[in-house]
Amino acid sequence: MLDLRPLFEPNGVIVAGASTHPGKFGFVSLHNILRCGFAGQVFALARDEGEILGVQVLDSPEKIPHGAAELLFICTPTAVNEQLLRDCAARGVKAAFCAAGGYSEAGPEGIEAEQRLVAVAEELGMVLAGPNGQGITSPPANLCAQITAPYPPAGSIAIASQSGNFVSSFNNYAANAGIGVSRSVSAGNAASTGVIDYLEWFTEDDATSVSLIYVEGIEDGRDFYERIKPLARKKPIVVLKGGATAGGQQAAASHTGALASDDAVFDGMARQAGIVRASTVEEAFEAAATFATQPLPTGRNTAVLTTAGGWGVVTADALTTAKNLDLAELPSDLMAALDEKLPPRWSKGNPIDLAGGETRDTIPEVMELVAQHESIDAVVYLGVGIQSNQASLMKSGQFYPDHGLERIVDFHERQDARYAVAAAELSESTGKPILTATELAVAQPDNPGVVATREAGRLCYPTSNRAVTALDHLAWYAEFRRRRTTGS
Amino acid sequence: MAAAGVPVSAFVTVTSSNDPIDLEFPVVAKLCGDTIAHKSERGLVRLNINSAEDLTTAVDDLLAAATPDDGDVSVLVSTMIEGRRELIAGITTDPQFGATLMLGFGGILAEAVADVTFRLAPVTAIDAEEMIDELSSQKLLGAFRGEPAVDRAQLVSLLVGLSELAVERQDIVSIDLNPLIIAEGKPIAVDALVELGATNA
Repeated sequence: MLDLRPLFEPNGVIVAGASTHPGKFGFVSLHNILRCGFAGQVFALARDEGEILGVQVLDSPEKIPHGAAELLFICTPTAVNEQLLRDCAARGVKAAFCAAGGYSEAGPEGIEAEQRLVAVAEELGMVLAGPNGQGITSPPANLCAQITAPYPPAGSIAIASQSGNFVSSFNNYAANAGIGVSRSVSAGNAASTGVIDYLEWFTEDDATSVSLIYVEGIEDGRDFYERIKPLARKKPIVVLKGGATAGGQQAAASHTGALASDDAVFDGMARQAGIVRASTVEEAFEAAATFATQPLPTGRNTAVLTTAGGWGVVTADALTTAKNLDLAELPSDLMAALDEKLPPRWSKGNPIDLAGGETRDTIPEVMELVAQHESIDAVVYLGVGIQSNQASLMKSGQFYPDHGLERIVDFHERQDARYAVAAAELSESTGKPILTATELAVAQPDNPGVVATREAGRLCYPTSNRAVTALDHLAWYAEFRRRRTTGS
Repeated sequence: MAAAGVPVSAFVTVTSSNDPIDLEFPVVAKLCGDTIAHKSERGLVRLNINSAEDLTTAVDDLLAAATPDDGDVSVLVSTMIEGRRELIAGITTDPQFGATLMLGFGGILAEAVADVTFRLAPVTAIDAEEMIDELSSQKLLGAFRGEPAVDRAQLVSLLVGLSELAVERQDIVSIDLNPLIIAEGKPIAVDALVELGATNA
């Protein structure tokens, strides 16, 4: 395993090719490192001395104190980079991220330059990431060494991607959802360090609880499979695979060969290795965010708590179709307990229609009864925020705060926050996943129910179908691991 | 195949209708040769042969149907296995992942229906069970039209054996067990197409 600590937790960073032009990589990367509050020392290297963003520009690596910076961020042209690696290694640099292009993506000369760069890094024992990549983020280390913007809050999702743009997408989703990231890296041309190398390090990284990767081509599939298999059993890995519908079917004499599209074989490999495969970008992010924030279910039985009938019906449909989940049947003792807490017209089954639970103020108690029952493995909770949604209309209108509106608005907002907190706390105390879904997550992101869900560290799912899809991935992974640890 | 744990129907191979055949009727007869891949498409399979006389005719007809391109040919005569359900199991060599095992619903509609799942060889018994679970047409694996449910344990050992064969025999490029007929719940290979080459590694 490569030691990638100097890449993700360096004591200091050198930006080579620092520029005064705010549109150039050598400015943007320096800006992003400083802007996001990296606490270690930051050095800027360029041909001419001067000052950029308050940083003294040095014209030679020799002027950098030995051991002051473990990471080198390269924005200089190919011709100077081999010597740059040697000079910086002499100053104690242990890892380099090469953002500069002009390598294997640029034709035969670039391929040769890339091979030379890799050879020099190997000779020096230096980690080489990229070239032609966007950079890394490492929020727990307050590090944003990249030529693109999105800098997510600190969390436990680690991202590695063969496409830099997907690193940005995942980081943007993370920032938007409030579910943070431990590390992110764009593998670029992956000349020396590939997605599988990052995964190996993420699996041992204490800041990371789940890895999220984007891959298109895999050069040595067998090697990838053999290396990823032990990793997936330790920490969940979510994969988004590009090129799923591309041809790739072999001209084959056999039926088996004719049916073995690249995608079908990749899919089988993923299932065999224990990798969670998502089919869309948001599904991939939400699966990873769910692994990062919810406990794994120990079974398939899922209860739906809803404040309105239709939502519950559609969610029940989704659970019935989900391959790894079942709509739980409510045992008689739970039914009897719920009778005590809900008005007589409640649904008397799963989905549990809470109709009127608001006025009797029993929603947290009902949630507790359901989540704590041994027959229930997971809960999907719908309807948080609808009281605050009404409150918002009242608050913004001409009648507020008179006619008792101020009081009711306060009440509604307090209640929604209470429900959201109850869902998160019960999930912790029972060790069962409780997923909260409402379209208000996107329609009204400042709704107190949505905000409280996020402040409790949970993802607020924009639809119940997306919550069920994420939960289905957790259930599949949990079952995969269970079968292989108990042998049953 | 039998040595790899794949149950096969009883068979003899003949090159003339005068060769001795000691099988219970009904039997099936097929023309076989190293270069013949898809027999049904060429009409080289005769099913449900119930008498010695019909068998003689079938063997003669099949041998006569061979073309010079087919090279050396023979007729494979085997006990006719009856079952309503047909699976397909096979091995193929993937350019990225190497020897790969497939399970799916088979017979003449195998490629059109494409209800199949793959794993890299070799597979464990748990992997094989999960392959069976993944097929979309699960109802066809249960008790079906008077026939018992598919014997999953036997199907698992067949899949494990087939995948191990692919690992042991690096010269196997592909194998089709199609159809794998479910007779009284047991999967039985009644035809196998094995493609050999330099290596599948």
